[in-house]
Amino acid sequence: MLVETRVRERIESGKGITTLIFEAPMAARPGQFVMVWIPGVDEIPMSLSHIGGHAGITVKEVGEATLALSNLRPGDMVGLRGPYGNGWKLDAKRILAVGGGVGMAPIIPAVEAVGDRGRVDVAIGARNAGEIIFEERARAASSDVRVTTDDGSHGLKGTVVALADAMMKEKRYDMVLGCGPEVMNRFLLKACVENNVPCQLSLERLMKCGSGLCGSCVIDGLRVCADGPVFTGEQVLGMKEFGKCKRDDAGLRVKL
Amino acid sequence: MTTLEVDLAGIRLRNPTLLASGVMGETGDSLLRVAEAGAGGLVTKSIGLEPRKGYPNPTLVELPDGYINAMGLPGPGIEAFAEEMEVAKKGNVPIIGSLFAAVPEDFTTLAGKMEDYGAAAIELNLSCPHAKGYGMEVGIDPEAVGTIITSVKGAVTIPVMAKLTPNTHRLLDVARAVEAAGGDAIVAINTVKAMAISVEARRPILYNRTGGLSGPAVKGVGLRCVYELHGAVKIPIVGVGGIESSRDVLEYMMAGASAVQIGSAVGRRGLKVFSEICHGLTEYMIANKHRSLKEIVGVAHAR
Repeated sequence: MLVETRVRERIESGKGITTLIFEAPMAARPGQFVMVWIPGVDEIPMSLSHIGGHAGITVKEVGEATLALSNLRPGDMVGLRGPYGNGWKLDAKRILAVGGGVGMAPIIPAVEAVGDRGRVDVAIGARNAGEIIFEERARAASSDVRVTTDDGSHGLKGTVVALADAMMKEKRYDMVLGCGPEVMNRFLLKACVENNVPCQLSLERLMKCGSGLCGSCVIDGLRVCADGPVFTGEQVLGMKEFGKCKRDDAGLRVKL
Repeated sequence: MTTLEVDLAGIRLRNPTLLASGVMGETGDSLLRVAEAGAGGLVTKSIGLEPRKGYPNPTLVELPDGYINAMGLPGPGIEAFAEEMEVAKKGNVPIIGSLFAAVPEDFTTLAGKMEDYGAAAIELNLSCPHAKGYGMEVGIDPEAVGTIITSVKGAVTIPVMAKLTPNTHRLLDVARAVEAAGGDAIVAINTVKAMAISVEARRPILYNRTGGLSGPAVKGVGLRCVYELHGAVKIPIVGVGGIESSRDVLEYMMAGASAVQIGSAVGRRGLKVFSEICHGLTEYMIANKHRSLKEIVGVAHAR
């Protein structure tokens, strides 16, 4: 059902990365998403970065719709549908949460939901210091948070996958949660397989209905909106299209 | 032994539940998944001559008892759909190729390709309420529909079904035209033309402004149409509109449907809806000592 609501608070979370907190409350699980309607512009899927009280999303400016979202101000109206999708399974004993860039948005509610600073470690990566988000929230919820940037402007210099790989070799984890660009997810999956740690990855595809009907967001036969967006490492290993291609608006295959 | 098998215009279905067009039908792998979930047959997304993006979002409005959608007939086009059909066929259930076009020659071209790809039947989308120049715009004129059926029938050897719109007072005239032109079955109903408005935004929600209403909200309309169609034509009828349970299927079959299609329930109930419905139908048949579902088709017409 569409919930008509307004922006309650607008926070600049990073360079070109904006968090919007809405008036509407939303009972959601970590890793779920909402369809956000910006009247006159578009309706797009956004991971919930804030759950519990008021719903919140965190958006990076990449196109027309995300730019319009970023420019919203308190009091502006949006429509929300959801929450949709399955969310993370957080029952593993020791968890490593890995977020690349704005991929931290669905990761941070999971880290907070674990509710035990010693049970979850966090690896945050981005291109540069300005794009590192939710480091403080992570530090409040976990006793081992490490940061890496491509250019070394904050934390270690390197990729978040290299950092996660090193952490897996250093400490014992029972589950890795990962969300980031597909190329990051692909290499993170590889690292998890090599280190023999099971993982869950939150994936992304072009999405239209968000409700499991239209089939726009399928990877092989699995719908990102209804069967995901979180998939197990085994599921992802079985996907022929993962890391290779996606579908466009017409349903045609496009190479990644 | 109790069997759910039905015959639809010469096609043997393991059960009467078909996946409706427009739901999970754009790619081979997703069609395959619906077959694995237990559907008796699959109707593809409506395919046209060329790739088509469809409308920008919002394309779907969720309501308490259904959906309003205006996807705008997105699809990869008939050439690219060949490889999707190759994958879908692995499901080993009949695949009905849904097609949309504006003129008879294009329908003929598309139908020929679909038959080459291995479709068990053709479903002509003469009823989409939200794509300019297609669907309902060609499907409410009995004469035009008759011409389309005649040309498609002349081009393929597999059964040709016509999916009709309830958004006309001439539904029965159109259905009679389908039958007279040699059409093998009627599929009814497509979505009911509808709209949703955001009070806060003071505008229609869908990009296309209007769309098609589906789900339990339209079941009463679908049942009425199937009931009236059963009295108007001899060819088999496939019932569609708001089916979510075995009781819904029984209602449609008693109204006159030989098989049914399920779409919105995939979103509202999940893919398990096919196996749950089949389980319920089997129980009903055992309890009422039916050997074939054929025995209940149209029984609601007896007085």
